[in-house]
Amino acid sequence: MALFQLIGFGPTGWGGLLLLAALMTLCVTAVALLIGAILGSLVAWAKLSGSRILRTLGGTYTTVFRGVPELLIIYLVYFGGSSAVTAIGTAMGYEGFLGLPSFAAGALAVGIISGAYQAEVFRGAYLAIPKGELEAAQAIGMNRSLRFRRIIGPQVFRFAIPGIGNVWQLSLKDSALVSVTGLADLMRTSQVAAGSTRQHFLFFIVGGCLYLILTSFSDRLFTSAEKRANRSMPTSLGQA
Amino acid sequence: MTPTTLNQTGTTMAGTTRLSVRNIRKSFGTHEVLRGISLDARDGDVISLLGASGSGKSTFLRCINLLEIADHGEISVDGELIQMEQRGGKNVPANRRQVDRIRSELGMVFQSFNLWSHMTILENVIEGPVHVLRRPRAECIAEAEVLLEKVGIAEKRNAYPAHLSGGQQQRAAIARSLAMKPKVMLFDEPTSALDPELVGEVLRVMRSLAEEGMTMLVVTHEMSFARNVSNRVIFMKSGEIDSDGAPDQLFGSGGSPSFRQFIGNFGG
Repeated sequence: MALFQLIGFGPTGWGGLLLLAALMTLCVTAVALLIGAILGSLVAWAKLSGSRILRTLGGTYTTVFRGVPELLIIYLVYFGGSSAVTAIGTAMGYEGFLGLPSFAAGALAVGIISGAYQAEVFRGAYLAIPKGELEAAQAIGMNRSLRFRRIIGPQVFRFAIPGIGNVWQLSLKDSALVSVTGLADLMRTSQVAAGSTRQHFLFFIVGGCLYLILTSFSDRLFTSAEKRANRSMPTSLGQA
Repeated sequence: MTPTTLNQTGTTMAGTTRLSVRNIRKSFGTHEVLRGISLDARDGDVISLLGASGSGKSTFLRCINLLEIADHGEISVDGELIQMEQRGGKNVPANRRQVDRIRSELGMVFQSFNLWSHMTILENVIEGPVHVLRRPRAECIAEAEVLLEKVGIAEKRNAYPAHLSGGQQQRAAIARSLAMKPKVMLFDEPTSALDPELVGEVLRVMRSLAEEGMTMLVVTHEMSFARNVSNRVIFMKSGEIDSDGAPDQLFGSGGSPSFRQFIGNFGG
């Protein structure tokens, strides 16, 4: 069957490239999630802080990056970043266009968006810690950093897992938009394969299936992480 | 006041002042909750703080370990004065590290237990000694096991707080405080959140602590504890000390009319 050869691993097959592309999608998303976790925890901290200026800044971040289309952010980071790099290049005597690496630009753009959602997840997780447990930590003589390390951090992590699983899912799909920068991710590769073989239906179905495999597999990972983290919860909640 | 005191086993001992509080005042907004409270607790004293809700007794207890910052007044633990300073018109601790250290010397037991829910009972008990006092883990575990045995929940050492009854959680919380080898134990309504049938097991642990000579300040509604276990009863009313004396005297005929009325409500 010609169709099976097309998606197979033979010399005319796209199987190898598609798997590589799926791996690329996974990598972009993982790096984006990491960038988002750093940005998100900083923004969550700003939003919870006593300073009015920090709270406003944090609020602005989440409002802007949750309220603007993802594609626009990607264009902004990739093309905006590239013009900035080109301008610096020109100033240093280099002629011509300098592009930002599409992987870095894509991961950064998706990471910035993911950070806005993660900030809300972390903020909610912090607020879910019973206040009395923080008081008990103070009362036993823990200083600020010890309280964070021993009581706040582990509990924020625990309460954040379901929300972060959700954000991961969103970021995985957002990463498809990075294909506009030419990065050979799953979206882009499906598109190229579809175009060059004229089997649009076949390759978009295969691409979709690969996305589904990635999302459902990671969903299971997050669910089991959640179960593990919730072993200290009352059984009725732990099973929910 | 005499420099000696009678402890629960009936022997006389020199009264080292473990806790000294001078003229504590505290307002929330325009409402003055504490209007100048002073108190000295000597070694082995078991002082029950009684009063209607809103009389300021819990706030007073929380001011002692600075979970609430008093607007005015002085607190010394074992002779060491907690340094305060005025900043922006507010009374604040001058030295965070001193506050942390003094807190580690004061055990606090809360109404709602407040065990750390992500740690097992044993982990809760060793957390303070290992991470605040930086003592060797193995040594802390050995001591924690003795404490858990003492409060009667040794078999729950690897359970999480959510899987224990309220009485078991409160006894674990007492063990957690004791693991710090505190100079004074503060109890903030330790049995008020418990089902009636679980109150007894917690009071028994507190009673045995008192008998071992632990210095204790107990905010409580348990009249039998105040009467039979403590050696001093303080009755607070509207942010002030209304009556202060030995339980026999107060519960006998020495209490003020408001105190009589208060215990009347308990059918006592």
